[in-house]
Amino acid sequence: MADETLFQLLHTEVVAAAYGGGRGSGDEGQRTGLTVLEGMGFRVGQGLAERLPRGALVFREELDTIKFLCRDLWGAVFRKQTDNLRTNHQGTYILQDDNFPFLTQMAWGQQYLEEAPKFLAFTCGLLRGTLSALGIESSVTASVASLPVCKFQVVIQKA
Amino acid sequence: MGYNIGVRLIEDFLARSNVGRCHDFRETADVIAKVAFKMYLGITPGITNWSPAGDEFSLILESNPLVDFVELPDNHSSLIYSNLLCGVLRGALEMVQMAVDVKFVQDTLKGDGVTEIRMRFIKRIEDNLPAGEE
Repeated sequence: MADETLFQLLHTEVVAAAYGGGRGSGDEGQRTGLTVLEGMGFRVGQGLAERLPRGALVFREELDTIKFLCRDLWGAVFRKQTDNLRTNHQGTYILQDDNFPFLTQMAWGQQYLEEAPKFLAFTCGLLRGTLSALGIESSVTASVASLPVCKFQVVIQKA
Repeated sequence: MGYNIGVRLIEDFLARSNVGRCHDFRETADVIAKVAFKMYLGITPGITNWSPAGDEFSLILESNPLVDFVELPDNHSSLIYSNLLCGVLRGALEMVQMAVDVKFVQDTLKGDGVTEIRMRFIKRIEDNLPAGEE
């Protein structure tokens, strides 16, 4: 089933809708739009965490959970895996995707760098929601140095 | 929203499926139900209720994948949840020069047995070529 196209197209429309109707103008509008998108991603992530097959996977440590995100969550949503994972072993993880599907169609390099965060907000929420449903509170931010490479930084909140 | 998605989806569809130009509305209906729906949503709706003039038909979906996990709450009981689909169909067909009207007739979310979408052919859209071309 060719449903990765469907999701990409739908996501593009959702971003447009979150910023449409005069809501997107100015800094205040930008923040609201990003919050709306991140919230949507969060709820989707929570639902998805329950539906993804985890088999007999026992997450012995945090790193296993993060690897699950890189492999299975990314695989289910984007049909690929993240390209790089780094950690400081103290609760901060950086997931890097060299060919992020929402950005590949937009540009290569520095063009549209200011627009990129809009397209990453949903995915940040997605990561945060999935982790939350798996019992881990976190905060996720994204950064883009050059399209379509992007990095998602996950910081685990210590209880 | 559905319209914008449809406008872009048609290119993806044509690239993946390689079907040629449809000769009449019946062929269009067949391609939509048997190829497009199957490719993107994994279901094959039935085609019924052709009007005598052959310009209207119904797509019957036994199950609608969009609403597998959805229930309409009471305060939104008149919401046409899957109206996105109508926009997608309308946008995609407009890009292949067909103006159509698409609407929901029955919806499983509202308690009907099946989901029925009615499609009506309005007209063929003529490309307006600048004078001097063709």
